[in-house]
Amino acid sequence: MSSPEILLDVAHLSTHFETRRGVMKAVDDISFRIHEREIVGLVGESGSGKSITGFSILGLLDPPGRIVTGSIRFKGQDLVGLPAAQMRALRGKRIAMIFQDPMMTLNPVLSIGTQMMETVLAHDKVSRAEARQRSRDALGMVGIASPEERLDAYPHQFSGGMRQRVAIAIALLHRPDLIIADEPTTALDVTIQSQILFEVKRLAREFNMALIWISHDLGVVAGLVSRIMVMYAGRIVEAGPVSSVLDQPAHPYTAGLLAAIPAMTPKGMPLQPIPGMAPAPNLRPAGCAFQDRCRHADAACQSTPPTGMLGEQYWQCAHPLIHTSHKEPA
Amino acid sequence: MSVFIIRRLLQSLAVLSVTALLVFLGVYAIGDPTEMLIAPDASAAERLQVITSLGLDKPLWQQFMHFVWNALHGDLGRSFVFNQPSISLILQRLPATLELTLVALLLALGLGIPLGLISGLKPGSRLDAGIMTGSIFGFSLPSFWQGMMLIMVFSVWLGWLPSTGRGEIGSFLGIHSSLFTLDGLSHLILPAVNLSLFKLSLVIRLTRSGVRETMSLDFIKFARARGLSEARIVGVHVLKNIMIPLITVVGMELGSMLAFAVVTESIFAWPGIGKLLINSIMRLDRPVVVAYLLVIVTLFILINLLVDLLYSLIDPRIRLGGQR
Amino acid sequence: MKPALSWFARLRNGNTPSGRMLAGILASPLATLSACVCLLLLFAALCGPFLVAQNPYDLAALNILDSKLPPGSSGFEGANYWLGTDGQGRDMLSAMVYGLRTSIGVGVFSGVLAMAVGTLLGLIAAYFGGRLDSLIMRSVDLMLGLPTILVALMLLAVLGQGVGKVIFALTLVQWAHFARTVRSAALVEKQKDYVEAAITLGISTPRILLRHLLPNCLPPVIVVGMLQVASAISAEATLSFLGIGLPITEPSLGLLIANGYETLMSGEYWISFYPGMLLLVLVFNINIVGDRVREVLNPRTGER
Repeated sequence: MSSPEILLDVAHLSTHFETRRGVMKAVDDISFRIHEREIVGLVGESGSGKSITGFSILGLLDPPGRIVTGSIRFKGQDLVGLPAAQMRALRGKRIAMIFQDPMMTLNPVLSIGTQMMETVLAHDKVSRAEARQRSRDALGMVGIASPEERLDAYPHQFSGGMRQRVAIAIALLHRPDLIIADEPTTALDVTIQSQILFEVKRLAREFNMALIWISHDLGVVAGLVSRIMVMYAGRIVEAGPVSSVLDQPAHPYTAGLLAAIPAMTPKGMPLQPIPGMAPAPNLRPAGCAFQDRCRHADAACQSTPPTGMLGEQYWQCAHPLIHTSHKEPA
Repeated sequence: MSVFIIRRLLQSLAVLSVTALLVFLGVYAIGDPTEMLIAPDASAAERLQVITSLGLDKPLWQQFMHFVWNALHGDLGRSFVFNQPSISLILQRLPATLELTLVALLLALGLGIPLGLISGLKPGSRLDAGIMTGSIFGFSLPSFWQGMMLIMVFSVWLGWLPSTGRGEIGSFLGIHSSLFTLDGLSHLILPAVNLSLFKLSLVIRLTRSGVRETMSLDFIKFARARGLSEARIVGVHVLKNIMIPLITVVGMELGSMLAFAVVTESIFAWPGIGKLLINSIMRLDRPVVVAYLLVIVTLFILINLLVDLLYSLIDPRIRLGGQR
Repeated sequence: MKPALSWFARLRNGNTPSGRMLAGILASPLATLSACVCLLLLFAALCGPFLVAQNPYDLAALNILDSKLPPGSSGFEGANYWLGTDGQGRDMLSAMVYGLRTSIGVGVFSGVLAMAVGTLLGLIAAYFGGRLDSLIMRSVDLMLGLPTILVALMLLAVLGQGVGKVIFALTLVQWAHFARTVRSAALVEKQKDYVEAAITLGISTPRILLRHLLPNCLPPVIVVGMLQVASAISAEATLSFLGIGLPITEPSLGLLIANGYETLMSGEYWISFYPGMLLLVLVFNINIVGDRVREVLNPRTGER
């Protein structure tokens, strides 16, 4: 099997928000690559910049946010600075997004059918009947029973899990190359969560789609993705194959996240949260943003942390938990 | 849905009853009812006759019953001045007022929604600031003075449009209206513009705030993420969402427009119920005033009901209830 | 001396509502201009009689031969009629200043009265809740559902003419706006700790309402107040124009405009035009300032 092509190549992306209270560096110089058919997890706490990364890729930033530097190459074409019409042609067709709360993301006064058909018609010049047919098929694919009637229903008539399935169906309408899923299961019950996860994985395989799954929950992501990226304070602090990162975290933050998961803590032992809170985006310290909460921090952390690598796993830390013989400057 | 309608109907009936009671008390209890209902130049014998026939010498609650009974039969007294039943006077003139009000409403909506859309889609821009200040100007402008200025410019100086009265009435599909003749239209324009100005400002502001609120909601972002064109997003998604508050408020304001027609009709000598009201107040023709009040309140109630119905039709959350 | 000093100090340092309102007005050139115009007009109204040459209601000062002169002309005795004269020979400028006094007087007085009544009822409704609240709010809904002009018309039709009656009618149609605003604000404030603290300290209810709740509910009331005064001035003008408002002995700008209605057709526009312009300028500027203050105090759209 030939090695899969690079689908998305993000290089030194920085997205800033210029507000009255200063410049908020929501995304601060991140770089990563997504290959075809790859399922990648992007993990981080609130404010880490993970959702903004997703919006930056699709050009959905609300002012005062804007991409200040970097490139986002999708199949070789740089999305940054792409004319609006071309960007619009890509959205929903080649790159699709699933949002967190489907109640808020579906228009409450329009029927599901209307919203699905308009998505079809926005990109393909087909008849309404065919658009309706495709919408019906998409609903069937995500496991919604009696799709014909459901098309005429309104969002508030669905349960949370069903609404999210509808959102996934909408994302699938044009068989995109890449789906960005921004915390799609966070607003759902735990039992529904696993159902949705399973469905998404199955569909991604079936349609050969790449998937970026954004979440704050390491546990949810672990069972789904093949590669994981950990974001903190706008930077990617660690990335690598999921087994490597979870078994041998290099960055103290990743280790802290793992240790804080209740399921990972042996019975009878106290839970170990990471002390302190992430700094506000405009009050980040120079150098490593994690230093105020890190046990291993010292003066070296006040300059930009160096990058280290081991196999496919890499990290940005002055005191990584993994010792390698190979250290590269940032 | 039917429960909804029934409940609203009952509410409306309650409001109507309360208003009838208030009107009754206002006319019969406060002040001298004989003053109000008998022509000032009636002789003593005539007075006595009216008093007994109207039952003014009976206890108050009996009078109220009498009043309600008469009202339900369409008898709301006779006008002193015209010597006709007040109700027929009002019904004769009602179409003129309705015509004026509806045209003014259409004007306000037709201009106001687009302007509000523009303003809302470009918040903080100079266009936005200009439209907003213009709207404040619109409702600060005293409507009667504005009417007079309109007459001065378009009738006296330019001579383009007639200044008073209603034009010829044409008919179309069985409806008689001055909309259907050129002469009628030329008489209709100035008063309709005058009446619409106040509401225009309201519509602009409502639309603008509705647009701004809606644009920041998540489903707009999702619509963009699906690759929908801005035109569709604004034209369908945003517009349908702002229709709900817009219709509600405009509906309520329609009643007030009907009432405000009083001023416009006075200036432009438009033969509607507003002019009738002013004249009746001046000439102390109380039965007509009473009849006007009751008719207007009934109209209000009808309008409110219609608005509620429309609202439930547009918002599927109301129409179709909760989850399945 | 001390309380005043601390108010200024807070104004400069902090984030008091009055400070924010003032800052908000000053931040917008349009609003600042409007505020100046309002103050100017207020000044003109207060000092009117001393500023203008003629008392238009002193019949002895009028010269009928000077009637209907266009603006800028001079009269028989060398008087300068900057804005012309009306049918009785009154100097328009003087008449307008006197009319301004009446218009502002009636508008502000009824506005303040409505504010007092409405605020009190709103506070009571919010604080006591229950049946009292329902009763007051039903009345508010009823009042707000009926068009102002209609209610005022009806009232004056029954009561007759006169300054007091007009003020009464205007107050009646306005109190509901205040009541509703105050009630919403008070409901929010009621939940806050300082109210509970005051109750446990045994402070009497009227004192709680007036000294503790009220000051914190004031900002939205000020906004409504300004807009209502503008609306009252407009309403009174309309009523006077229709002939059921103020009597001829106390003419307001509305009546002046009405006087000019007949002569409009013959082209003697100035008798209606200038009073109308003055009315427009007055109402417009009050509305601009009120609108600006509302934007500033509204947390949602506060950032501009």
